[in-house]
Amino acid sequence: MIELSAFAALYIFMLAAFTGYEVIAKVPAILHTPLMSGSNFVHGIVVVGAMVALGEAESTATQVIGFIGVILGAGNAVGGYVVTERMLQMFRSSGKPKDAESGESSQ
Amino acid sequence: MSGGDTVNLLIQVSYYAAAFLFIMGLKRMSSPVTAASGIKWAGIGMLVATLITFAYPDMHNYALMTTAIFIGGVLAWWTGKRVAMTDMPQMIALYNGMGGGAAGAISGVELLGGGEHSLVFMVLAVLGGVIGSISFSGSMIAFGKLQGLIRKDFRFKGQNILNVTILAVIAVLGMVVIGGDGNPNTIALFFALALVLGVTMTLPIGGADMPVVISLYNALTGLAVAFEGFVLENAAMIIAGTVVGSAGTLLTQLMAKAMNRSLANVLFSGFGDSEGGTTEVSGSMKPIEATDVGVMMAFAQKVIIVPGYGMAVAQAQHKVWELSRLLIDRGVDVKFAIHPVAGRMPGHMNVLLAEAGVPYDRIYDADEINAEFETTDVALVIGANDVVNPVARTDKSSPIYGMPILDADKAHNCIVIKRGQGAGFSGIENALFFLDNTRMLYGDGQAMASELISAVKEM
Repeated sequence: MIELSAFAALYIFMLAAFTGYEVIAKVPAILHTPLMSGSNFVHGIVVVGAMVALGEAESTATQVIGFIGVILGAGNAVGGYVVTERMLQMFRSSGKPKDAESGESSQ
Repeated sequence: MSGGDTVNLLIQVSYYAAAFLFIMGLKRMSSPVTAASGIKWAGIGMLVATLITFAYPDMHNYALMTTAIFIGGVLAWWTGKRVAMTDMPQMIALYNGMGGGAAGAISGVELLGGGEHSLVFMVLAVLGGVIGSISFSGSMIAFGKLQGLIRKDFRFKGQNILNVTILAVIAVLGMVVIGGDGNPNTIALFFALALVLGVTMTLPIGGADMPVVISLYNALTGLAVAFEGFVLENAAMIIAGTVVGSAGTLLTQLMAKAMNRSLANVLFSGFGDSEGGTTEVSGSMKPIEATDVGVMMAFAQKVIIVPGYGMAVAQAQHKVWELSRLLIDRGVDVKFAIHPVAGRMPGHMNVLLAEAGVPYDRIYDADEINAEFETTDVALVIGANDVVNPVARTDKSSPIYGMPILDADKAHNCIVIKRGQGAGFSGIENALFFLDNTRMLYGDGQAMASELISAVKEM
């Protein structure tokens, strides 16, 4: 693996913190719930870490914990994606009514 | 370049791409126009990162790994597809808690695995472990409360002292673990107490404050993931976790502000503990019939609909949108005014209206629309109460004083659809109901919306 020095990691940490703040700062309140759900999905990347942890686990105890970790991480990623997508799919403007209703609303 | 180097490079490139896609995805999710594509960008990033991780060097337990992904993924997919839009907040809490638990599990595996590690490694592993565990158990309690599985708030004297004591013991145990005590019992006790703290912290908090708590745990999980990312030297985890940590913190503050609550208030005391005087309201509530309201709305130039969670409970949003379309066809300017806490969390009502087919360009925030009420013929309040109570502007002794509200009272006519005459969720009398320009339309939200529809159709 590419070595990640402690200071390089700290720089990443600092820049990412500002990025997160800036990305969210101007969001209208109408998107708060989907956005929270979306950011909830993004930290589902933890599944990758749980996979690595399980992959390195030697004892039965760590294998069990790692196994549970991967289940939970996968649940976070998949569940977060499904509910966020479902919510965002429903947002549409007046110009684009949803297909099921297009006949009705174009009258 | 050897084969191993190529694989390493491929892994790093994939993680880099994932981090980029996450940030771009979140950025796109911050506008309603691009939001739906934003989650897809982030989703591709997640898929790439997960698949390439199977190529990680020196790993085993592949069968366990695949099984676990399958179990977790299928369960989450199944529940996520089935959940009703009204129940979204608790599902977010549930999935968020799982992420926290996964971060805690990584910490557990690393700490129990032994071996010589640097001080920074140990500190971050321990911190990520405790934060992740608190987020896990706390989120589960939040889920239980919103799902109606836990109905009591379990407040007792000295709960804050108990929590501080548990935290202190966790801190001491954490330092012992950092000091290199590889004893599995110490580590197990450390995690057990962190899980207990999540429970005791969350149990006393009332249901109305849960959204803020869920948002806070979302930020905490992000932080825990970032810390475990340091431990595993995984830049994608550090970036994704930190971005969510800071974005989540900001989102938590915005939500608390929209609900007129400080974070300290939410965490350390229950709503209504500092009970102010109840406002005396003079006058009487004046009832009106649906047919009259129908006429009033049909001949109005501008109608603003103020929905509250009561509308969602009555499942009236589809009928309300049908009514709005009839009015729009008649040339009425119809807008929806959404208070941040109209749903169960800020933005939740927008999701519920979107589900019913209301386009987002007819939906306005309190700040955007409050000035328009003065030129509005009819404000239709359906299932909302405290968020339109004018005492929030005027009465300093009221518990909701200072909360931003929708100025429905300033419309020429204000129609309130309400089940009965009782006070609202918070038990505070609503001065709006007694105003001269307010009429009460008593009945179930969905039934009344249907009556309004037929009243408008008959004209």
